[in-house]
Amino acid sequence: MNTAESFAELPVAPKPPLRRFHQARWDEPIIFELSAPGRRGLAVPEPGAPLVELPETVRRAEPPKLPEMSQLHVLRHYLRLSQENLGVDLNIDVGQGTCTMKYSPKVNDRFAAAIAELHPLQHEETVQGVLEIYWRLERMLAEISGMSRVSLQPGSGSAAIYANIAMIRAYHAANGEGHRDQVITTMFSHPSNAACAKTAGYEVITLMPDADGYPDIEALRAAVGPRTAALMITNPEDTGIFNPRIREFVELVHSVGGLACYDQANANGILGITRARDAGFDLCHFNLHKTFSTPHACGGPAAGACGVSAELEPFLPGPVVTFDGAAYGMETPPHSIGKVRPFLGVTPNIVRAYAWIMAMGAEGLRQVAETAVLNNNYLMHKILQIPGASAPWDKRRVEQVRYSWQELSEETGVHSEEIGVRAADFGVHYWTSHHPYLVPEPFTLEPTESYSKEDLDEYAAILAHVASEARTDPEFVKGAPYNQSVHKIDTTSLDDPKAWAPTWRAYVRKHLS
Amino acid sequence: MTSDVAAPRTPVPFPDRDVVVGLVVNPVAGLGGAAGLKGSDGEQVQREALARGATPRAGERAARAVRALLARRPGTRVVTVPGSMGELSARDAGAPCALVRPSPSSSADPGSAGATTARDTRQAVVALADVDLLLFAGGDGTARDVLDAVRELGDQAPPVLGIPAGVKVYSGCFAVSPAAAGFLAAGYASGLRHGPGTADAGTVEAEVVDLDEERYRQGLVSPRLYGSLRVPAARAALSGRKAGSSGVVPASVEGIAREVVARMRPGVRYVLGPGATTQAVGRELGLTTTLLGVDVVEADDGGVLVAGDVSEAELFALVTGREAVVVLSVIGGQGFVLGRGNQQVSPRVIDAVIGCGGATGRRLLVLATPQKLAALRGRPLLADSGDEDLDRKLSGHVQVITGYRESTIYQICTASEEFHG
Repeated sequence: MNTAESFAELPVAPKPPLRRFHQARWDEPIIFELSAPGRRGLAVPEPGAPLVELPETVRRAEPPKLPEMSQLHVLRHYLRLSQENLGVDLNIDVGQGTCTMKYSPKVNDRFAAAIAELHPLQHEETVQGVLEIYWRLERMLAEISGMSRVSLQPGSGSAAIYANIAMIRAYHAANGEGHRDQVITTMFSHPSNAACAKTAGYEVITLMPDADGYPDIEALRAAVGPRTAALMITNPEDTGIFNPRIREFVELVHSVGGLACYDQANANGILGITRARDAGFDLCHFNLHKTFSTPHACGGPAAGACGVSAELEPFLPGPVVTFDGAAYGMETPPHSIGKVRPFLGVTPNIVRAYAWIMAMGAEGLRQVAETAVLNNNYLMHKILQIPGASAPWDKRRVEQVRYSWQELSEETGVHSEEIGVRAADFGVHYWTSHHPYLVPEPFTLEPTESYSKEDLDEYAAILAHVASEARTDPEFVKGAPYNQSVHKIDTTSLDDPKAWAPTWRAYVRKHLS
Repeated sequence: MTSDVAAPRTPVPFPDRDVVVGLVVNPVAGLGGAAGLKGSDGEQVQREALARGATPRAGERAARAVRALLARRPGTRVVTVPGSMGELSARDAGAPCALVRPSPSSSADPGSAGATTARDTRQAVVALADVDLLLFAGGDGTARDVLDAVRELGDQAPPVLGIPAGVKVYSGCFAVSPAAAGFLAAGYASGLRHGPGTADAGTVEAEVVDLDEERYRQGLVSPRLYGSLRVPAARAALSGRKAGSSGVVPASVEGIAREVVARMRPGVRYVLGPGATTQAVGRELGLTTTLLGVDVVEADDGGVLVAGDVSEAELFALVTGREAVVVLSVIGGQGFVLGRGNQQVSPRVIDAVIGCGGATGRRLLVLATPQKLAALRGRPLLADSGDEDLDRKLSGHVQVITGYRESTIYQICTASEEFHG
């Protein structure tokens, strides 16, 4: 018998090398369009107790215009939407580079559910347990970053960056240096740094990369001066390249009286290996939904954490949790910038991050970083074997890589966005880059520690297949996707505020009336 | 060939008013490239190129663009001129095309490559003035001829888009490849069908630059800014958007202008160099300044035009003994700040401006959108004022204004170093 054809003897044929994926397509309406007057999920009996009389000022004149639906229809609606989706629980989500898409253990949701009944206005004495979790998580993040104290109040990574720039502003004002009106950042740092600094009233100076892909230190030397309030920088940057002269960057800024703020939204490649404070930084922030594995739900619920040196402690957002050796309490620091969101923080995510770190332990955290870096370098090795793919700047990468399809695109006319869309026909996708594209025809992959060798092989095989399609039939790739819920999205309306409708009510007002 | 030739300057010969794309080909464009002649301007060079075995390729590149247009938008109506200046390419691509004859006085035989002239290109553009979008295949010299014809047409001129077919394609009005030109044209045509302001129907101004080929052959790169053409706005982002980022360019030019005006101080003369970015500064002041000339303004009383389109001598007189600041933009794709299209801002003018005190960085404001800087791919900005000592003095890092309260610190070096190094 010919062994090469032995599978023909098997009762079930083996799967082909590439998955024959097809996304569900339900053509599902908006839930408000499914509403039918009088339809109910439950027929609730008339209450026996008398109605509570609300004051006239808080009573609704009309009932809220919620969709009226049966339970089955609600369940079906949301299950259908969930099938018309890609996400970390469904696909090999290594293509959302800079987002650090990793597995979030489901057991941690059980712990988060355990505190769901708490009310944020309960007396401190009755919530000692959750305050202890806040306190302990803060101490862990202080240890991980080397910082003195950490605020867990911000509701997102960008809120944490904004809290940091607000503390920088308050610090300089308190020292009589309110004239410092410039913030320096880099082109490959997350754009939220520039955006938050500008929102806080600063002029923003963005450093471009030098010939080696590092932020240009000579440009920094020319940029710093008496107007410098702070440097806000990511490292490794979105290219995945770690800046080995980061301490010099910090010292240059310190030499003119500025502060240095480290964007550690994604610290996945450096956990347990290097710390923000050890490089001299005065502030840093983490996104708990990236490095610390609370679900990255593309829009929430997120959570951020701000770490500061002892000099900046008085400016932290309040309240912070205190511990006197016996009981946990809350207090607002003396020169606090105020609240950046209501109450203490996004408590369910604080619980999840705490549970994740406790499960990992110190050794486990370092292993996360080492595995993420190993995975990234393995994937890079596979990707660079694809003809037409490259990684600009011949440099070692940490946990992600910003690649380029420039060569493939010049030869075939197929753009990076189009290759990413075609990849969605195989159940995966990727993100290109922030604008403007410094790396031509970019795509950014970040495998994290969560994915197996088989996952990475499959992902690389999909991109290799699409790249070869681009050479043999570029128009076919440009016509993709073919197996997805939605064919092509016209993004024009995203630039037209008149077309925006963030709510159904706005949609009715703008487009139906 | 004669029966379907329409008279020039008549409405487009399609009754249902579908979108009509015009096509003009400069059949000799690019001839000098393979022959190592660095360009194709002039009959002598073209003859030499043919003698060296060069084959015309502009027609074939134009056909590729039309094929891409039809692939993306089948049935698009194409109007062109007879022979190698369009008809052959359109037919090669399988386009059902209509023809207009440029001018009865045209003496050239359009069927033979090598015999067409700049005048033929201009006349063809004029004859095709009624199209919704005009594709032209050629190089920077062709773009100049198209620009001349567009100026002649004034408000009636259609938007244009270059199919790169020349040896040097430095101008911003070209697509990155023939196929890209076709795709861009298809996107624009579809946008028009759905009404102005929707989809891809927008246009932007793109610069036309050209080199002195004789100097270029001697190893001297001297591109000049000739003006700008209205081209379809390219939409790069098809999907994969994250945190709202479309790279829309026009808004950032306004932001740059607002920043420059915010920095202006009374009693100081501001020298606005050529270009669309510096013209936006004039507009922000409520003034009408020139696109290609050098203008002198002051911020007093909400904005005063001291002098428009000045010569070098006039400019020198206006800044001597006065506090002044020079405001210059970057030539897209090349990075030139000084010495291209702004020779009026001469070494002695800059010396006079710097000589009146203050740090050099505060006397010279450089403007560029982040997209323009990104497109330089790490290459430095270039100064070629004509005085190497001055260029060296300006070398180093300059602040480049990229938006309202936004800037970068970017390297600038002397052009001679960049090209010889």
